[in-house]
Amino acid sequence: MSNGTRTENFRSWFMDKLLMGMSWPEYSRRLITPFNMVAAIILSIGIPLMAIRFVYGLASVTHASNEYPWGILLGWGLFGGVPLSATGFVMGTAYYIFGFKGYKPLVRLGILTGFLGYLFAVIYLMTDLGRPWRIYYPMIIGFGTASVLFLVAWHVATYLTVQFIEFSEAILEWLKSRRVYKWATMIVIGMTIAGIILSTLHQSALGALFLLAPGKLHPLWYSSYLPHLFLSSSIYAALAMVIVVSTLVAKFLPGAADNNFLRNLDRLTVGLGKGACVGMFVYFALKLVGVAHDNNWYLLGTPYGEWFLLEILGFVLLPAMMLTYGVKNSSPGIVRFGAFYAVIGVVLNRINVSIIAFNWNLPDHLHHIIPPWQEFAIVAAIAMIHMLIFRWIVNRMPVVREEPEYKELH
Amino acid sequence: MDKIIKNPETEEKSKQEKEDSKISRRGFLTGSAAAIGGAALVGTYKDASAYKEFSGWPGRFGCLTDLTACVGCRSCEKACNEANNLPKPDVPFDDSSVFKEMRRPTAHAYTVVNQYKNPKDENKPLYRKVQCNHCNEPACASACPIHAYTKTPEGAVLYNPEKCFGCRYCMIACPFYVPAYDYESALEPKIVKCVMCYARIKTGGIPACADACPVGAITFGKRSELINVARKKIMTNPDRYINHIYGEHEVGGTSWLYISGVPFEHYGFPANLPKKPLIEETKGFLGAVPVVFTVWPALFGTIYASLRHREDMEKQKHGEEEEKK
Repeated sequence: MSNGTRTENFRSWFMDKLLMGMSWPEYSRRLITPFNMVAAIILSIGIPLMAIRFVYGLASVTHASNEYPWGILLGWGLFGGVPLSATGFVMGTAYYIFGFKGYKPLVRLGILTGFLGYLFAVIYLMTDLGRPWRIYYPMIIGFGTASVLFLVAWHVATYLTVQFIEFSEAILEWLKSRRVYKWATMIVIGMTIAGIILSTLHQSALGALFLLAPGKLHPLWYSSYLPHLFLSSSIYAALAMVIVVSTLVAKFLPGAADNNFLRNLDRLTVGLGKGACVGMFVYFALKLVGVAHDNNWYLLGTPYGEWFLLEILGFVLLPAMMLTYGVKNSSPGIVRFGAFYAVIGVVLNRINVSIIAFNWNLPDHLHHIIPPWQEFAIVAAIAMIHMLIFRWIVNRMPVVREEPEYKELH
Repeated sequence: MDKIIKNPETEEKSKQEKEDSKISRRGFLTGSAAAIGGAALVGTYKDASAYKEFSGWPGRFGCLTDLTACVGCRSCEKACNEANNLPKPDVPFDDSSVFKEMRRPTAHAYTVVNQYKNPKDENKPLYRKVQCNHCNEPACASACPIHAYTKTPEGAVLYNPEKCFGCRYCMIACPFYVPAYDYESALEPKIVKCVMCYARIKTGGIPACADACPVGAITFGKRSELINVARKKIMTNPDRYINHIYGEHEVGGTSWLYISGVPFEHYGFPANLPKKPLIEETKGFLGAVPVVFTVWPALFGTIYASLRHREDMEKQKHGEEEEKK
């Protein structure tokens, strides 16, 4: 083979795989869209701020206080992001273990959402860690086996690997690799069960982290049921999140999806909505049991009690009822609305536990929890990179469409 | 007031123990005989118990702060700063303007003194020295995923910056808001907190703050003895003290103890803490981990197998039906 054909081969591979079959000028022209302009602005503010954080320390851009060691980087990125990333484990379990074969068009989307969600939870965490280059320390340097965070660290690391292996099917199909691909499909059941173990444990562990602070977290949010509450809400959050993500893909990236995905989406959305609303009623009941268990009814009349009621009535019960209504009337539109709403409710709960109800008894508490704009800008930039990478992958790899030559292998 | 207590009783006890340990010749012979019979071997296992309990290092030290004695001179802050080579403060230690606001230990100060209103006498403000309480079962140590914290047998809770990756979960966990973080540093940020002058107490000394206090408000000694001292003080001066030793039971007990003339909430001590160590709150959860690891694969594996089995059965049925046709 001459050098010339090799270059030509690479060129066509590059255009096919990375530029979606377009030439450079064509591809770069296609990049100029309103969304990308907004993304460019957000990144041009957030990325320099990230650089400042690593050169001048956390104090230069974050809230960084001794009473409030954790801010929105973790409240949003880790505590809010991880339940919404249960999509991989929930869809994988439903499809591979419980045999909900009809949901096949959404399985890979769920796994990709989960994988990227965890990856970015780790990125938020590494932005917030004092010495992120020591991230591997719980694996090698010291074992704090009595620490819930030790468990979280191990599980998130292992689960990230598991999800990468699960998603590698799509990557290998994209690269048209046959041999490795077969191996990857063989271990999928094992990986799915590993995913169930790791997910149930660390989703609940994120709640268990706060069990160590009974004096700081408001009694309405502090409950010995915190691990159960976090796990139970992550399951409906995942179902709702699959609805949200699939809606966005169908709306904004229809070219990446095949007919099988687009045609079945409405029906599957209603099915997922059914699962989500059952999950939400279970969670709502568990929330009430939590209040009853500690006999905290008397706190409901206080300002924090009103906020708590708003959370569980306005952001759990109401979206649950909306989903029920949508499911009863087989209306994918209402189910989608309810799912967006439910996802917001889960994030609100995590922000409440980690930020708003935490340190509630300190003077001037609500004044202290407002982060500086720089911290918001960093969060916005990381979220934007997350979306861009998601879009990049969905546009190129077989996530919401099937590669014809691999169909028979599933 | 004594800054350090020597308990004559304990000294006597240790003398007696030494005498006991001298073995008589006769006893030695009987003992050897028994050992030959193998009984001694069994004897060493005799006190083995299925129930493991650790109620803290027995001889651990602590400090007792008498809040009624503190006059807010900040000599302890100054002594601490010098003994631990901390950076010079912005406001000198004899400046009482710092009392205008509530302060807390920071990345530059292990301890601070705060001023509080006296509900009994408006003109005589109250003062409290804030520092790490060196819990018997520290929440910071239970929180740390890398084991950067150690509860030493001497009582001090120590932090090792070489292990820390800066997650700050210890700060979340500490019920007393003690650990401070050095957010200013980009390359070597670390937790900063009181070390109970560990190097000094290791060599028989006492913490610099206790040493410097001109009114003897801080007494250093064995924790068990400090509790007796505190009880005696409360009993002999019931008008001066309320009947509560803060730190005796809070979160499983702390090495730093306090007695006061007014309820501890006046000084901003958290009053909503459980009596058991905070690690107890997470034990149930961590105990469930091995269960999940063993039960889940069996359970979900079986569900998967049963569904596959049903599929196979159905396929078989279809096959048979088609054959019949």
